[in-house]
Amino acid sequence: MSTKTDKIDRLAELTAATSDDQKGAGIWREAFRGLRRSPLALTGAVIIAVFVVMAVIGPFVAPYDPVATTWGDEVSQSQNHFVGMRAENWLGLDQLGRDEFSRMLIGARQSLMVGVIATLLGFAVGAALGGISGACQGLGRKLGRTIDTVIMRFIDMMLALPSLLLAVSIAALLGRSLTTLMIAVGVVQIPIFARLFRGSMIAQSHSDYVLAARALGVRRSRIVFAHIVPNSLGPVIVQATLSLATAIIEAAALSFLGLGNPDMSQPEWGAMLAKGQTFISVAPQLALYPAVAIIITALGFTLLGEAMREALDPKLRK
Amino acid sequence: MLRFIVRRLLQLIPTLIGLSILLFVWLHNLPGGPEAALLGDRTTPERRKQIRALLHLDDPIWVQYGRFVKNMLKGDFGTSVQSNRPVIDEFATRFPATIELGITAMLIAVIVGIPLGYLAARRRGGFLDSSVVTSSLLGICIPVFFLAYILKEIFSVQLGWFPSIGQLSPGLETTKVTGFAVLDGLLTGDLTVTSDALAHLVLPGIALASIPLAVIVRMTRASVLEVLGEDYVRTAESKGLKESTIRARHVLRNAMLPVITSIGLLTGSLLSGAVLTETVFDFNGIGSFLARAIDARDYSVLMGFILFIATMYVLINLLVDISYSIIDPRVRVR
Repeated sequence: MSTKTDKIDRLAELTAATSDDQKGAGIWREAFRGLRRSPLALTGAVIIAVFVVMAVIGPFVAPYDPVATTWGDEVSQSQNHFVGMRAENWLGLDQLGRDEFSRMLIGARQSLMVGVIATLLGFAVGAALGGISGACQGLGRKLGRTIDTVIMRFIDMMLALPSLLLAVSIAALLGRSLTTLMIAVGVVQIPIFARLFRGSMIAQSHSDYVLAARALGVRRSRIVFAHIVPNSLGPVIVQATLSLATAIIEAAALSFLGLGNPDMSQPEWGAMLAKGQTFISVAPQLALYPAVAIIITALGFTLLGEAMREALDPKLRK
Repeated sequence: MLRFIVRRLLQLIPTLIGLSILLFVWLHNLPGGPEAALLGDRTTPERRKQIRALLHLDDPIWVQYGRFVKNMLKGDFGTSVQSNRPVIDEFATRFPATIELGITAMLIAVIVGIPLGYLAARRRGGFLDSSVVTSSLLGICIPVFFLAYILKEIFSVQLGWFPSIGQLSPGLETTKVTGFAVLDGLLTGDLTVTSDALAHLVLPGIALASIPLAVIVRMTRASVLEVLGEDYVRTAESKGLKESTIRARHVLRNAMLPVITSIGLLTGSLLSGAVLTETVFDFNGIGSFLARAIDARDYSVLMGFILFIATMYVLINLLVDISYSIIDPRVRVR
């Protein structure tokens, strides 16, 4: 599966490439300086900031209860009667007569939670597997290499399944719930993080400072944990930023396939979009609001992630 | 070259064995156990007992795994609860439609993506470049099924330019030769079928192409930028070669290598996207059937299709690897 992994490995090599020419300036400071200059990165950061603020304060500032069907008698799905924007309800009512604006505000929290927890899961398990694999490979003993091979074969296998199908099979196994949604979206990310972190660690282990530490007689475990691991995290964090975008989009896709949170009362953008599609001819706004929110949020994470990747990539810097 | 292919084929074996174990474990841990794959939700304890005996589910686990693999090698993936037909038949009848859709999407992505990426790189920082970069980012961030709905609503429901659902308009029939509607129309000389089938492919094709298109544009742009900075391009320029020669011989040929790799990888996202797009357009391919199988808890269909798709995906990537090694001899050395 060499081609599939090449792209991931390439990103991994980049940290090693950049850290050479910096004479201790710190890859992060350098990257941060690059980011501040990039308008795209700033746009991304602002979008993310707005989104996070919305998720944090949403429930406190929402004008109405998101689950109360206060205006239930004003809308009728059977007669195609929907209520759009008005002074009382800024974004109109949803198909059950609930305040759409409040639902959007509160939905931000759930969407962010799904994205963050799923990515954290993928990050934690992936980095652990990749880290063990990389460390074993780096230690170089026969047993170490065997462990590395076994883990990597397993990871390659996961990569052989198209991501949505992997998520679907997990969701089918665990049944519909919010937790399932997060696990399914998270597990899909595991192989990516694992490959990336391992590749990054192996690239770092060939650096001069590792050789120097080894020559000084530093313990192997200390070399791994104090030198290699912190220096290998760069590309993994970039990937985490990009993964947040994919996680939110993929969660929406799973909701659309009927594998999302069955508890429709708790608003979540993905589920709202999936539900809103059904009324697209008569009340397109019900799909449009959550869709635009998802797109903008995903765009924010992608912009920041891409800018970070570019800041780390010396070949793209000009 | 032959050795390279054989070695890569041998590497497939552990992956496939692993996948079969993974699917076996998956099947055995489904809510309701593996018999749920046959029974679906509605069942009685007696019926369940019967099925368990029939499937030898009380045998030791390795015996069961052996049987599972044997059945698969024989092409027996069980029957669909929805249609009562063998899974493999369901797959075979729907597969051509998905292939057609996938090829359409990939063609759109390649034909539009590579020139756009090239132009964006040549005019780096210009208006075209920034709009291409921005819209490709947008393409990645739009949920595929939402884009599909929007296209359907605008171009089919509102404007009526394209048909909204299915592969062929009602009333039209094809004589099945290959199962590919477009091809069958051509083979039987029935051009109305071909044009009708093509019209049905346009909107789902565009929706499905969104992610591959975005990725190919970005890959091409980045790759061309990298190659433009190479010494041999500067040499070619200073030799006074024609712009078109430099573009074809020096830049594109070298810049295409990573793009080809990404095309192979994108088949995965095409297959994922097909599940969503086909559902929106009621396109009778493996994707929409899979989506229905999820709804109906048709586990044997899920399992069979996932295994087929994964195998196909692995094989496509193998093909990409091989074609890559033909284009770039350096790869073979590794």
